[in-house]
Amino acid sequence: MKVLMKGNEALAEAAVRAGCRYFFGYPITPQTEISEYLARRLPGAGGVFLQAESEVAAINMVYGAAGAGARVMTSSSGPGISLKQEGISYIAGAELPCVIVNIMRGGPGLGGIQPSQSDYFQATRGGGHGDYRLPVLAPSNVQELVDLTCLAFDLADEYRTPVLILGDGILGQMMEAVELPPVRAAAPEKTWATTGCRGRAKNVITSFFMDAADLERHNLRLQEKYRAISAREARGESYLTGDAGVLVVAFGSTARIAKAAVRAARAEGIAAGLFRPVTLWPFPAELLNRAALQAGAVLTVEMNYGQMVEDVRLALDCRLPVHFYGRGGGMVPGVGEIFREIVKLGGETRERCRVKPA
Amino acid sequence: MSAAVSSRPETLTGAPFHYCPGCTHGIIHRLVAEVVDELGLREKAVGVASVGCSVIAYNYLDMDMQQAAHGRAPAVATGIKRVLPDRLVFTYQGDGDLASIGLAETVHAAARGEKITVIFINNANYGMTGGQLAPTTLPGQVTSTSPGGRDVDKMGYPIRMMEMLATLDGPAYLARVSTHSPAQIAKTRRAVKRAFEAQMKGLGFSMVEILCTCPTNWGLKPVEAMKWLEENMLPYYPPGEYKVAEGV
Repeated sequence: MKVLMKGNEALAEAAVRAGCRYFFGYPITPQTEISEYLARRLPGAGGVFLQAESEVAAINMVYGAAGAGARVMTSSSGPGISLKQEGISYIAGAELPCVIVNIMRGGPGLGGIQPSQSDYFQATRGGGHGDYRLPVLAPSNVQELVDLTCLAFDLADEYRTPVLILGDGILGQMMEAVELPPVRAAAPEKTWATTGCRGRAKNVITSFFMDAADLERHNLRLQEKYRAISAREARGESYLTGDAGVLVVAFGSTARIAKAAVRAARAEGIAAGLFRPVTLWPFPAELLNRAALQAGAVLTVEMNYGQMVEDVRLALDCRLPVHFYGRGGGMVPGVGEIFREIVKLGGETRERCRVKPA
Repeated sequence: MSAAVSSRPETLTGAPFHYCPGCTHGIIHRLVAEVVDELGLREKAVGVASVGCSVIAYNYLDMDMQQAAHGRAPAVATGIKRVLPDRLVFTYQGDGDLASIGLAETVHAAARGEKITVIFINNANYGMTGGQLAPTTLPGQVTSTSPGGRDVDKMGYPIRMMEMLATLDGPAYLARVSTHSPAQIAKTRRAVKRAFEAQMKGLGFSMVEILCTCPTNWGLKPVEAMKWLEENMLPYYPPGEYKVAEGV
């Protein structure tokens, strides 16, 4: 049965159903409903909600709880995610599973509270110090906020890694009908967790390696893990790409708007299609290349000034002209704006892109 | 026939300490290990090492441990304790870690009455990085970043953590002790035990500030360092129990 829920609350409920019983957070718009929902929900579910003194403290509480073997989550928005980067680097280094949510707002600095996708670089390029990667999931509707939250906890445990859910203020604040998953059984026992060393040798959780050779070995092992994640976990969605001469690439909320623009272009006889990365890291390069097989031009649309477009270019290896259209600062690109960009490319590029309207 | 009058606590691994001669970290590691043994908590304990000279305390304490980012140990310990409320969860932190970069985490863990114990090593400087000005460096004290001595006009005053935290309702047990004499070391052991007991009774936050020597960075011989501690640190940081909640 579907229920009507606000994105932030649906995500929070999904976390509980995925077995998350611990949440450490700090208020910041536009994601505060996640905290508020879990403050009501977790105590009754035998869990703990704790409002930390800062985002820095919250992410370190996550470190401790994850190290103690729990499914645990924190959430924030841009400025708060910046503060969490130290902890995320330690969590990646110590290989602790957890879920971090960024409901993006406009930046830089304090920026504003309107939706944005300007944290793409921060999310996909590590964010904190050191050579690490973390899976980044980009939902584009409230149902996906639910589904990808469940997936995030599974990926975190499977690979012992922090997983980032990169949403935006539109997704967090909008209401849609969603199907909630059943409540999961408890997460598998983690033999590496620090729970007290009864009947076994002690466990130590650390990202510190004094000896350079040891640290290199640790890094090589991490890289091997990242290669495995890259090979197995890339996800994306193709929409009308089979014959698409103009391929639009967009993620999250922007992809929904782009989809409407693609439909409008189709109605005008332009063979447009949409490719939507669902994982931003690993970037679904292979899926994108498949979606771009018939394309003469690519248009990347983002709520920023050109971040994912770099990955699109890298993935396509400069075989196609990759154009960019973006709005920032909390301004949302309209269907008409994207449509006009598609029309421009539909006319400029190879003849077969343009199909005469019936 | 001779009998052993002392042996290594079970909670100490036996790995040789890396600490400098005359540094009192080793004594405190042993005291913590002895108390954990005495209370029978080794298999129920999760320790949190911090950033500083004691960063690899987990090599010496034979129990489950996590290593925390600089200053964040009380937050990490909070996460552990909230998941495992019946375990003994403690941090082991230096003065730069606790009273400077981690001041917020310390104060808020105390204010929440978080049921963790903080072992706070105060040696009046940053030891691991080579003896820089710490929030606990005494007025006039020479460090590598206060080469003319701590000028309180420009660098401000040392922070007395015990006195500050004693104003809060969250702490159940707060004590300042020292390591400059055998009698003080015995008191330190008692304070650590009371702090752990306060936690296991669920009474609230507990913290033991331990005045320690740092002969290498102070530029003193070990015995001179003990004397310096006694003559200079004790007057500024008076030992004593600053908070003892009912039931401790």
